[in-house]
Amino acid sequence: MDKNLDCKGLACPLPVVEAKKAMEEMQEGILTVLVDNETAVQNLQRLGQKFQYAVASQKLSEKEFEVRIEVKKQDGVSKEKEATCTVVFSSNKMGEGAEELGHTLIKSFVFALSNVDPLPTAMVFYNSGAYLTSQDSPVLSDLKTLEKAGVKIMTCGLCADYYKIKEKLAVGIISNMYEIVETEMQSDKIIKP
Amino acid sequence: MSKLPKFDFDPHVLVGLDTSDDAAVYQLTEDLAMIQTVDFFTPVVDDPYLFGQIAAANALSDVYAMGGIPKVALNIVGFPNCLSPDVLSEIMKGGADKVKEAGAILIGGHSIQNDEPFYGLTVSGLVHPKKIQKNYGAKPGDCILLTKQIGTGIINTAAKVEFASERAKEESYRVMASLNRKGKEVMDQFTVHACTDITGFGLMGHALEMAEASKVTFHLHSSSIPYIPESLDYAELGMIPAGAYANRKFQEAKVDVSRISTAFQDLLFDPQSSGGLLYSIPMEEKERALEAFEKADLDTTVSCIGEVRELEEKNIILY
Repeated sequence: MDKNLDCKGLACPLPVVEAKKAMEEMQEGILTVLVDNETAVQNLQRLGQKFQYAVASQKLSEKEFEVRIEVKKQDGVSKEKEATCTVVFSSNKMGEGAEELGHTLIKSFVFALSNVDPLPTAMVFYNSGAYLTSQDSPVLSDLKTLEKAGVKIMTCGLCADYYKIKEKLAVGIISNMYEIVETEMQSDKIIKP
Repeated sequence: MSKLPKFDFDPHVLVGLDTSDDAAVYQLTEDLAMIQTVDFFTPVVDDPYLFGQIAAANALSDVYAMGGIPKVALNIVGFPNCLSPDVLSEIMKGGADKVKEAGAILIGGHSIQNDEPFYGLTVSGLVHPKKIQKNYGAKPGDCILLTKQIGTGIINTAAKVEFASERAKEESYRVMASLNRKGKEVMDQFTVHACTDITGFGLMGHALEMAEASKVTFHLHSSSIPYIPESLDYAELGMIPAGAYANRKFQEAKVDVSRISTAFQDLLFDPQSSGGLLYSIPMEEKERALEAFEKADLDTTVSCIGEVRELEEKNIILY
């Protein structure tokens, strides 16, 4: 079921509030929102992206913009509430034991991870795990594939700082402890290689 | 301002128009200079007393940013006929309380009738001419210190539509109303290469002004930048004020934010109503300065958010 909202004349951020309400009532369909300023367009784009819905916008005239949000919930729940899984890398190797083996294992772990369905929601790298997201990482191409597929890749800023590899970050974003804790808390499942 | 007629050179003008600094400074005697500033805005919160406090803290902040001590303040008021005069007296009471907290005196002002209320102050302060803190002078190797958490613009935006949590609002109000006096007094004991305060252009805009004027590049660490936790959630949902997008548009060519999330970028561009002080200080004084801040027990979060490097292609790089 599609839905149309006319939010022209509404002060920022009211269009976001109206659109969010409409999205919650919808199962699947196109939500079209009319607004009269670019701030509202950009705010609605962020709202759509937050729920991982496709968003398109179009300028109809000087004071009229149309934003189309493709609402698509799976099994009646929005994607935001879908089961989430976070993979936590606390080291650049897998398991205890021979170091060389540990490095080999982590490589095949990340490769396998890039081929599972559904993919994890987020991957968090801390302590020596931070090496895995830097330029010289042996798993860089797999991580880039995962990132492209929408997996959130977060590296602990303090750790990258400590190992002096912050400038070498090659995939994902630098994150902070608040964001990391929040991601883990909201996650239904935590996996640690 | 660039279209105004030029004035004859006056050697007493120590800080003038040309460096877009926080306030004007005029030398009175060999060891005394006067800082002059004016600032006002329309309500950012519903509570009139709180609004008065915030507007006054913001106006006084320019004097602290220049390294001075506020001495005399005057009210600037716009107020509509349709609102109760009690509201106005609450606003002015909030302002007067902040002036008192600053150790200055409020001795008058001027008001006009206006459909939308506004409030602010003109403030005169004093500083030793050799101790003026300018918004340039940051040196490679310096540490960048910020004395308040950011995100108040986004929280205010969410609060407008009853979306912000009580906790978030409480923190945001406390941060905005907090006077930059204590932070400035702590820094009196240390070497300051450059200082400015964070307001409408956001942390990014004011840091950029400092970096550009100092001809250096700032490396800022997103993991060290203090922010109100909820502001990141609200930014993700699109509760972002128009000013943040305008700031982004004007500033993005000179900064590299490619390594951080969109929501955190929005937070950096978020206009602050009465933000903290941003200092560039020698790295070797960082630990002692942070200890001194700890002892001073500010009601905001103080943090070293990055360091100064030699000039690169961009003036600010976010990690």
